[in-house]
Formats: sequence, C-alpha cells, structure tokens
Amino acid sequence: MAAHRCGLSLVFILIFSSLACHSSCESLEKANEDTEEKQSVSDTPREVNSDGSIAAEDLNERRGRSTDAELDRRDGTRTSEALTPAAAARDEFQEELVIRPLHSGDIYASFQFRTLWDTDFLQEGQKVSHYRLFPKSLGQVLSKFSVRELHISFTQGFWRTMQWGQPFIPSPPGAELWVWFHDTSPDFCSILSVDGNWKELTNVLSGIFCASLNFIDLTNTVQPSASFKPLGLGNATDHRFLRYATLPREIVCTENLTPWKKLLPCGSKAGLAVLLKSEKLFHSSFHSQAVHIRPVCQDEQCTSKAWELRQTLNVVFDLYTAGQGKKEWSLFKMFSRTLTEACPLATSSKVYVDITDNPELFELSPATPLLSQAVVLGDRRTYSVYDLSRAETFGQLRSLNLLLRWKGDGEMLRPLLHAERYVAGFGLQTGEIHTVIYNNHPYRAFPVLLMDSVPWYLQLYIHTLTVTSKSRDNKPSYIHYQPAKDRHRPHLLEMLIQLPPHSMTEVTVQFERALLKWTEYTPDPNHGFYVGSSVVSALVPSMVAMNTNFTQDQPLFSSFVPVKEESSYFVRVYTEPLLVNLPTPDFSMPYNVICLTCTVVAVGYGSFYNLLTRTFQVDEPSLPLAKRLANLIRRIRGVPLLT
Amino acid sequence: MDGTLFRSVNKFFIIAFCLDIKSYKSFMHRPDSFFLATKMAAPLTLLLIVAVTIRAVLFRSSLAELISARVEVVSPLNAWKRVVEGLALLDLGVSPYSGDVFHETPLMIYLFHFTVDYAEIVFIVTDGITALALYLSIQTYNKDVFRKQKYALESDRYSADCLELLRSPKEMFYIPLKVAMFYLLNPFTILSCVAKSTCGLNNAIIALFIFCTLKGSALLSGILLALATYQSIYPLTLFAPALLFFLQRLYIPVNLRRSSFWFFTLQYAFMYVGSLVVITGLSFFLLGSWDFIPSVYGFIFSVPDLTPNIGLFWYFFAEMFEHFRLFFSCVFQINVFFYTIPLSIKLKEHPVFLIFMQIAIISIFKSYPTVGDVALYMAFLPAWSHLYRFLRNIFLVSCVLLACSALFPVLWHLWIYAGSANSNFYYAITLLFNFGQILLVADYFYAYLRREHHLTHGLYLKKKDGTEATLVLK
Repeated sequence: MAAHRCGLSLVFILIFSSLACHSSCESLEKANEDTEEKQSVSDTPREVNSDGSIAAEDLNERRGRSTDAELDRRDGTRTSEALTPAAAARDEFQEELVIRPLHSGDIYASFQFRTLWDTDFLQEGQKVSHYRLFPKSLGQVLSKFSVRELHISFTQGFWRTMQWGQPFIPSPPGAELWVWFHDTSPDFCSILSVDGNWKELTNVLSGIFCASLNFIDLTNTVQPSASFKPLGLGNATDHRFLRYATLPREIVCTENLTPWKKLLPCGSKAGLAVLLKSEKLFHSSFHSQAVHIRPVCQDEQCTSKAWELRQTLNVVFDLYTAGQGKKEWSLFKMFSRTLTEACPLATSSKVYVDITDNPELFELSPATPLLSQAVVLGDRRTYSVYDLSRAETFGQLRSLNLLLRWKGDGEMLRPLLHAERYVAGFGLQTGEIHTVIYNNHPYRAFPVLLMDSVPWYLQLYIHTLTVTSKSRDNKPSYIHYQPAKDRHRPHLLEMLIQLPPHSMTEVTVQFERALLKWTEYTPDPNHGFYVGSSVVSALVPSMVAMNTNFTQDQPLFSSFVPVKEESSYFVRVYTEPLLVNLPTPDFSMPYNVICLTCTVVAVGYGSFYNLLTRTFQVDEPSLPLAKRLANLIRRIRGVPLLT
Repeated sequence: MDGTLFRSVNKFFIIAFCLDIKSYKSFMHRPDSFFLATKMAAPLTLLLIVAVTIRAVLFRSSLAELISARVEVVSPLNAWKRVVEGLALLDLGVSPYSGDVFHETPLMIYLFHFTVDYAEIVFIVTDGITALALYLSIQTYNKDVFRKQKYALESDRYSADCLELLRSPKEMFYIPLKVAMFYLLNPFTILSCVAKSTCGLNNAIIALFIFCTLKGSALLSGILLALATYQSIYPLTLFAPALLFFLQRLYIPVNLRRSSFWFFTLQYAFMYVGSLVVITGLSFFLLGSWDFIPSVYGFIFSVPDLTPNIGLFWYFFAEMFEHFRLFFSCVFQINVFFYTIPLSIKLKEHPVFLIFMQIAIISIFKSYPTVGDVALYMAFLPAWSHLYRFLRNIFLVSCVLLACSALFPVLWHLWIYAGSANSNFYYAITLLFNFGQILLVADYFYAYLRREHHLTHGLYLKKKDGTEATLVLK
C-alpha cells in the first residue's frame, strides 16, 4: 500500500513537472494554485508571525498551506512529529538592491534575496516537510536528489568587464548549471547514481524554471577537477560528485523570470521584488538571474548547518540611449515602479547606492545620512543605504524614488583580470580557438585556472596547445585534459597558468570541425554552433585588505564568495561564447544519396556477379523471326528444320 | 595441306620461343645478387634515388602541411596529426583511446614513440621497402608464370593459335621495375608519404606479406598477414589467396575430402591466428587495457566519424535515416568480405591475381579509404600489362580517375572555403571516383578471365558456319 502511494506521488510529481515543461507559464501558475488548493484540505497548522501585520499574516498563510501534502499523506502518523522540529527551525529572509552607476554611463542594478533556514535536507531519517520561507519546490529537489550545492544562472547578453568592471556574481551568457552532489558513501554505486540524479535533476529544474535545461545531457556535462569548488560548507574534493553544464544558446525571457519570482517569499507583491517588471528588465543591455543554494554555518562557531538560498538578479540598463541623451535616471525610469514598502517577511530590506565617486560624477536625491563601507572585489566602496524597513525612508510621499544626475565622465579603475576569446582561421575544415587573458596588475603575478569545455564536434588537438605570455612560451604548471568521445562527452581542458604582471597571455588550440549526421544539426544549422564560455577563476591580489570574518554583518553582495585570506579575493571571469560554423550536408538529399550510393555499390556487385557466375561462350546469333515461325510450322509438319 | 602448313609454322614458332626461354632461363639461373648487381640494380637504384629526392624535397617545402590536411590523403584512421595527438595524450598521462581522436593500434604508438623525430625518414624508408618488396614479389611471380607457361606449352595445353597471348621474357623483363616505379612515382603514394599517412606502413606490411607468400615462407606470411589484419582488419580476406598459393606451390589439390588439404589449411590458419593472438596480447600488455579494441576496430566497423574522404561511406551515413543505420553499415561492410569466397573459387588457379582483386576491393569498399590504398593496387597494374588488349574501357576509366583526382581539391575548395558549392559536389566526385575504380577492377577481372579462356580455346574463335565469332558472357 505504501509502495502504491509512493508510486502515486511519483506520478504526481511527474505530471507536475511535465505540465511545467510543456505548458506556458500561465498554466504552470494555474497548476500551482490547483495543488495548493488541494493541499489546503489537509489540516496543517497555520503559522502566526510575530510582527502581526495583515499582509504578513496573509502571506504566511500561503506559505503554511504549502506544506508537503503528499508526504503528510504518506506517513500520516509522523506528521505531528515531523512538523514540530521544522516549525521550530529558525528561518529568515533578507533582500537588498545595489545600484552602481557605471563609468560608461550605464546603470548596474543587482538584486539579492537571501533565505536562510536552520535545517538539514540531507540528514538521514529526518524528513523536511514543513516549509515557511524556503520554496518547497526547491527543498524537495534538494532532498530527493541529495544535492549539496546548486548554482543555476540564466543570462541574456554579455557582461563587458572592460567597460563595467567586475560583476558581483558573474555568469556566462545562456544558462549555466553546476551542482555538487552529496557524497554520503564514496563507493562506485553512489558515483553511478550521480549521473542518474543529474539527468533527473536537470529535467525537474527545466520544469521549475521553464527553461530548456532538459537539453543538458552527457554530451555537454563535464566534471571540472579544479575550477568549481564548493562555495558553501565542507571541502569536497572528489570531483566525481560535481556536474557542470552550460547551454550558451539558451535565450532568457519572461517565462524564466516568472517562476524565479515565485520562489520569493513575498512573490512580486511587496518589497524590492515589485521592481521586477519584465517589460523593463528585458529592455536592457544585460540581464542575469540566478539561484544559488548551499549549506552555510549557522553561527560563528559553526556548530550546525543552515541552508542558504540566494536569488540574484543583475541587470544593466543602457540609460544613455534610452533617455534620449540625457544622463539621468530614477527608480521609476528604470523599473517603471517606485518603492513603497519592504517585504513584511524580510528581516532586512535595503537599497545601496554606490557613491564612491560622488560628488564628482553624479548627484543623488533624496540624500540619506546612512552610509556604509564595504570591501568588494578588492576595492573599498562607499554606499548610501536606504533601509526600507524604516518608515522615514519613504518620506512624505510614502514612496521612494531615487534620482541621480550625471555630471561628468570619470576614469574607471581597470579590472585586474580580464579575458576574451575568439575563433581564428577560415574555411570549414579546421580552426583555432584563441583565449586571451589580461593581467592588469602593475607588479604582481598571479595564477589563474582556465577551464574550457568544448563540444565533441570540434575535435581539439591538444598537441597544438600553446600558451604565450609576453611573446614567450609559458608552460602551464597543471593540465587536466579529458578528450571528447564522439556523441558521448565533450572535451574538458583545465590549466593552471601563471600570469606575469601587466601582461597579456594567449592560449591557442587547434580544432577540426566534424561533419555530423543530418539529424544531429540544430534547426538553422548555418547559423552555427555555440561553444560555451571559458571560465577563468583566480585569486586576484587585492589592493586593500579583504574582510575575512564573514559572519560579521555586511551587505549581502559582498559576502557571496567566502574570503579565506586578506591579501586576495576570488574572481571568476567568463569569456564570450563562440559561434562556430560546421560543414553541413545537403538536408534535402537523403533519398537521393541513398539511391546513388547504392547504385554504385550495385554496379560493383553486378559486374562482379556477372563475371563470377557466367562463362565465356561464342555468340551464336538467334534465327530471324520469319525463320523461327517457319521452323515452328515445320516441326508440326515433321519436316527437317531450317538453319 | 593448309592445316599441315599452319602446324609446321606453329612448331617453328614454338621452337624459336623455347630457345628464347632457354636464354631467359640461363639468365635467370644466375645468382640473384649478381643479377641485381649487373642488369637491374642501376635502374632500381636510380628509381629509389628519384623517389627519395621527390619526397625529401616535398617534405622540406611548404606543400607538406597543405598535403597533410587533405581529406583525400589522410583519414581519421591514419592521419599523422592524430598520431602526434595520441603521443601527446600519452605524455599527459591520458589514455590515447579515452578520446575519439586516436585510432592507431598500440604497436603503432610504440613504433612512433621512439621514431617520432625521424618520422619523415621512417615514411620514406617504408615506401622504399614496399617498392622493393613489390619488385621482388613480381620478379618471383614472373618466374613462376614463365615456368607454368613452359609446362603448359610442353604438355600442349594451350590452344595452337594463341601464340601471341604467350608472354615473352623480353616483355616481362622490365615488369618488376615498372611495378616498383608505379608504386614509388605514383602521385597518390607520394602524397600519402608526404602527408605521413600511416597507410604507407600498412601498405608495406601487405607488400612484405605478398613477398613472403610468393617466396613460399608460410610462417612469415602468416605473421605478416596477422600484422596487416591487426592494423586494419580488412586484409584478413587475403588469407584465402595466400592459402591457395601455398596449396598450389606444394601441389596439394583443393579437395575438401583430402586430409593433406585440411592439414595444411589448419597449419596455416594456426600460424595466422596464433600470431594474431600474440600481437593482440602484446598490445594488451603494452597498454594494460583492451580500450584499443573498440577504439580501433569498433571505429572501423561502426563508422562514427563522417569526415569526408574518397570512399562511399561518409555521405551515405551522414544522410542515413537513424533506424536503418545498423542495417546499412552491415550491408556496406559485408561488401569487402562478400566477394572473397566466390573469387577464390573462380580464381583458385591464379592466387596472385586474386590478391590483386582483394586489395582493390578492400580499397574501394573500406570505411576510411585514402589515395594510399588506391596506390597499392594500382602498383600491380603493370604486372597485368599483357591483359591490355582485352580491356574494354580503359580509356574511359583513366579519364574518369584523372578527372576525379583533379576535381577533388577543386570541389573541396568550393565547398569548404569558397562556400559557393555544397557537399553534393564533393560527394558526386567521390561517387564517380569509386565508379571508375569499380569499372577498372571489373575490367581487369574480365580481361584476365577472357585471356584464360582464349588460352584454352584459341584466340580466333569461329562460329559453326565458319565466320568470325564474338565472345559473350553467358
């Protein structure tokens, strides 16, 4: 019976995910509401929040209702026990928006929403069934596939490092997904199950985010040995539990934003999320949304584990062209909304504006007395802070509309690390991938890890790999290379390269383009095939001392990557994805080709068959028709035949 | 009256011919070294010098790089770039067979592991060895042919009027040299050598196998055949002609009820299979894994790499419907092995011609053919120069092959670089090239059978009514 129910609930999940996959997002929303209604039948206790505002109560009710009805049904006797620790577990939600005016005249807005939950999905024997702030859909995924860390990003456009500086959380164009699986037992069996889990996970995430993540399969999944270390607790080193895949062709749009917003505790009803209107967000130079889940320390002593969900959304508005040449912007201009309240569920809700260059460059209104300093990416920055949880922030209009006027242009500090990539060569037979990495530090050399994942249809020749810095050969101290298997796995190339100070390092490798089967080409094959970005990861020497005490209260954007030492900070740079043309067969020809080739084979067969089975004989011409007829008659008459 | 005159004239010719034979025989009975040193050594040395010079010059020129990238000259199986890649992977500590770039056999890696710096010399020497082996094989074969012809003449097995079909020592004298020249100076071989295609090594193994077979060394022949099979599977069809040759040489009739036939067949098969097992086992111990089996032989049979070449497979399988793929790859692979048994039955008296036919069929129907494979069987063409009068469409075939060879690079350029043509253009040329090759081989087969027919039935056949008859296949 229990097995039967288990099967039923699996079917339920399957139907749900397939619905999410196939239907548009509106129908997804509907399905979601349906399930919630069904779940509300089961008697789950309501949560009453302490701050007691009506909106909060209402929202809490929504959250409370979404307790796991299936699980409740499955083990009805344990419901009350299971609920007690979950209800007792502390969770909190923080939101913040960072606005950084860029020197190019663009505006960089970075949203971060963090949900922290003191519970453990992966603990044996304890089923997490009560969800409050943490989205249930993700929580279930984490426990079902024993995921330890999950990072997923969807990006439209390319981050221009040389014009905009480093982003707070970098991401490559298209979709990127990397997951560390839990290594409970490092035996062969659990390593095998990782591949199955990965396959299912990508399909489930594809449903959750309305994206084509189901196109992630073995042919574009790699297991980097060094470039992607876990960002959360624990120092796993066995890269067999890591899976990394990118889909550079993925186009990010509204349908990905809607499910992303639904994961937020307040949805897009209150708090900073009201600004997330897709008609404005996608009318921008760069848009990137991401979800990062990882285990973190609960407290300073790190006695127990908490789960952290970070949802980030980065967007760069090109206001100079949008604003008819006037360089001035406001929240309303950017998002066509103003802020009126914080999310009632949030423990902190803040807007930071980078005013390090103020007042030379721009002027900000309304001014705020609150200032904050933070060390971000090796640079000390000053921010004006607008705390949305305080009523005076909104002023008399009861709405906050930040306004900024540019006064002049300034020189930007050049990013210390920068990388770009292109394909060289002509024709459709061979080519060469050039990756150029710049170290702009005036006197410090530092090592970088370069990771390249190249699809199998570009056959790399590793013996043509050259690394040159300052026109001198620069031998990588570590190379991890896994050659591709046709139709099974991509090439993976990881190198540790020492970048000399103030230098340009060029990495080249030749490849050959394969001719594919006609069914393996994507629609519009002459558009070309995308090759995902290379990833350059490095510990860049910092100009100022980095803050290593990450438990200290600091803005969210500065605390994503754990800082281990004061003298350097971690940077990841993604290069451009490549677009490579492959030779194509004629797609209208299959019948003709099959017929023609078989004809030639048949000509061979026919002529050999003839010569093998027949013998030479003297050709005796047959009698003319008249004589044969005459012979017929003669035979009847019994007269000798004519010859 | 008429008959007796004809007979006496005929006798006179035969006597004259026998005298000729005697002089030839006395000439042939001299020690080989002396013979080489006096008459043939000079042209052969000259030929080798010219061939080496051409190759050395091309290796030093800028053309070498261009040639080594040509898809007609190198295939994924034997490209030098891939050998270097395999060695580089080995240096990185990665198994060369873990990827899909390297498809050479383990022995090849170990050969080039030590000789990679002298690769150019290795390839030039290999070509020289192939040419020399072919030269000596054809010389032995000619002696053999001549001996048999003499016995047949003496036992009056040949028809009276086929004197002009008989082969004279004069015309046969330069054939071994011509064969060596056809191999060494064939542009296909030169291209293949300059591109450092390992096809040249496979050719050398096959040529040495032919040499050992014709010299009558069953053990060496078995070992070399095993080596050739190990290199590229397909030469296993050469087992049948080699066996037939040995049986003929030892005067063992091909009779399934005779124990001596079975004894020798099993003996030769044991030598062949035994050395194949030893070689394969050796490769296993060299690398410590069986990874090379799917990576080399699986790759040959399943044709996953559709890089264009001069064969029939690439475009056919690029355009194939997915659920017919297995069926058609079986059908296409069978073609190589399919003709072995019927050909062995038809040509059981002529194992050397059977070898030529098999090599030609392999080079037409193999999954990754290159011009180097074509060059090997083309080298045998001078040995069949006496068939020239019976060839039906040699002019057409030569024109087709020449035109195709010229059009390959042109249409490749139009498709891959200029973008003004598409894949169909190149495909059409490969189709025509293979059509030409099939015609050529079938034509030689026809001519050979026809000559044999004429030898027994007379050259000038008459119809019943005494008029000149035409010969047809029925």
